[in-house]
Amino acid sequence: MMLEDKKALISKLKKDLLVWQGVPQRSIDDSLMDLGSLEEAFPNGVFPQGVIHEFISFNRADSAASCGFIGGLLGKLMQHGGICIWISSIQTLFPASIKSFGVVPESIVFVSMKRERDVLWAMEEALKCPGITAVLAEIHQLDFVQSKRLQLAVEKSRVTGIILQHNPKMLLATSCAARWKVTSLPSQSEDELPGIGYPSWSVELLKVRNGIPGKWQITWCSQGFKVAPNKTTKVKDWTPRYQNLG
Amino acid sequence: MKKRFASLWFRHLKTDWMTVCKPHLQEVPFVLALAVHGKLIVNASNLLAEQAGVHVGMAIADARAFIPSLHIIHEQAGLGEKILHFIAHWCIRYTPQVSLDKPDGIILDISGCAHLWGGEASYLEYIVTAFKRHGYDVCTSIADTIGAAWAMARFGPEKTIISEQAQSQELLSLSPRALRLEQFQLNRLQSLGLKTIGSFAHMPRSVLRRRFGDGLLLRLDQAMGFEDEFVISIKPILPYEERLPCLELISTANGIELALEELLIKLCRRLSGEGKGLREAELSCHRIDGKIERISIETNRATAQVNHLFQLFAIKIPQVEPALGIELFSLAASSVEDADAVQENLWDNRIGLKNPAVTELLDRLKSRDSSCEILRYVPAAHYWPERSMKIAATMDEVATVDWQTARPRPTRLLKVPERIVVTAPIPDYPPILFIYKRTAHYIKKADGPERIEREWWMDQGEHRDYYAVEDQEGRRFWLFRAGHYDGQTDQWFIHGFFA
Repeated sequence: MMLEDKKALISKLKKDLLVWQGVPQRSIDDSLMDLGSLEEAFPNGVFPQGVIHEFISFNRADSAASCGFIGGLLGKLMQHGGICIWISSIQTLFPASIKSFGVVPESIVFVSMKRERDVLWAMEEALKCPGITAVLAEIHQLDFVQSKRLQLAVEKSRVTGIILQHNPKMLLATSCAARWKVTSLPSQSEDELPGIGYPSWSVELLKVRNGIPGKWQITWCSQGFKVAPNKTTKVKDWTPRYQNLG
Repeated sequence: MKKRFASLWFRHLKTDWMTVCKPHLQEVPFVLALAVHGKLIVNASNLLAEQAGVHVGMAIADARAFIPSLHIIHEQAGLGEKILHFIAHWCIRYTPQVSLDKPDGIILDISGCAHLWGGEASYLEYIVTAFKRHGYDVCTSIADTIGAAWAMARFGPEKTIISEQAQSQELLSLSPRALRLEQFQLNRLQSLGLKTIGSFAHMPRSVLRRRFGDGLLLRLDQAMGFEDEFVISIKPILPYEERLPCLELISTANGIELALEELLIKLCRRLSGEGKGLREAELSCHRIDGKIERISIETNRATAQVNHLFQLFAIKIPQVEPALGIELFSLAASSVEDADAVQENLWDNRIGLKNPAVTELLDRLKSRDSSCEILRYVPAAHYWPERSMKIAATMDEVATVDWQTARPRPTRLLKVPERIVVTAPIPDYPPILFIYKRTAHYIKKADGPERIEREWWMDQGEHRDYYAVEDQEGRRFWLFRAGHYDGQTDQWFIHGFFA
């Protein structure tokens, strides 16, 4: 009996902690992101908005895949209008492609800065601005101090921030709410049709604050995200693989 | 408003300038010489040389007869004009309308300016003292008309101020040369014994016109104020400009900020009163040593918000080098557009690009890094991928055509297509293998070809046959073959990466 009491107490305390940390409670209209079983990985089962998400990619094909997945997320975030600021110093998105992920390309403002330091400065400034839905920055390296600054900026304005790290030399510990890795999977075609079908990705959540990391297979089909139900597997080996990286 | 003009006449413009440049010339009689028809002629002489009888137009050989030790300097062409321009720009601190009066004078339109210096007398005193301190000998005068001021500066007593409407009396006793007449008119007046303006000013106009032509009447009328005279200011006045002269020299960032804020409040009050907002503005800081420090900003949307504009300038204030001090600030809005000021206050919670906070953010980003580009794309009616979108000219521009979504486009498009090595055995089929950056990709699935023709009216070259392909690991690429299949492999390119 005592043990169960303790368990109940601990789970209540955990819930209280989440509330104090500002994690939103789950409600009916919160299935906004339409990510199915993936959303269970987040605290309270809600895709967190108003935080920093970090995506890492190690080659161009993966960064293109990440852009597609992010495009899907942005489409959901911006479905009631709003704009996104896409800051980068070198490469950037091909705007014509994002339309098929449900984002109006005109509502993205592309900002190109010369130095990476300025990219992060611009992102911090943009995150402080309340009229924006999401801010995305493409950089090579993000360290803890920088991520903490971004997190502080985000806490006031509740803007969603996305960091796209290309080829980071080292994966440093950051204060981002989630660290994602998106890689391409063979496309899914309907009814065995020839040719390339719906784009499909293997989406890994390497780190989630207060959540459970995992790996999912997600397809972008005409209705939106489709999370493959049975292939949901928990990442078991991420700790040794990424621990030495940071 | 009644017009008032000041005329400045530099008796020894060029020699004064030489003395300022080379102080040792102060004690020596010297002249500036110019070669005319193979003969050196005195073109300007300093006071010491003039006192010894050397005057302009004299041959150098004759001048040497007066002063054997005469110092001669060869004059560069256009020197006088250059100095005059420099002085005119310096005079901007006394009035916004300064015009040149070649060869050795300057006309200031001082309407509504003199009271800032405590009246016309002390205004002239300020100017004369300032020039004297810099080493220039200047004769000045103020009158209702340019002609009268010109005449009194050269032929009247020093620092004459002709009170309003009094010029017709004051001028009568002067010589006709004070009217800026042609030489033949002067000669004719001289031979007729008309030695003062008064001796002919009251003659019937028809008589004067018959004997001296229209020119004399025009000059007379201009001097008397019956005819308007216009001068071209060296610096056209911008319609939206605010100026702040400082009694004490400003040399700190704090001081500059205060001045800037005051100017912005004035300018923005005027702009918002007229329903306008500024797109570009420049702050000029006139330094005591004659240099002008400038910082400029631009905005993405017309705005008249003091706080926002102040922030934009504040980033650049450290670039201002005050040196010994700044004595005048001027803030000019060089580009102004209509802005709906009322709406901006009503709809502060709008989302997206309509929200002023967003455009203010973009302005801040732009002013941090001048090479920063802020772009928004709208679709263009072209199939050619590089031209399928164009940069939106304004923040409000909407798409006139739809984005093409019939075929997927890659999320990453290479700026320049990169060459790849392929194995493509069958014409018009996608390759079965391609090598990009020393990695072989075996193609499992493919779509295409999608032929995109080059727009021949825009550029020359081969058409492209695009294939969307997927390799063994599920990575998706956008490849194309330039031109028709001819069995060669050097016509294949990779152009993008799909999601």
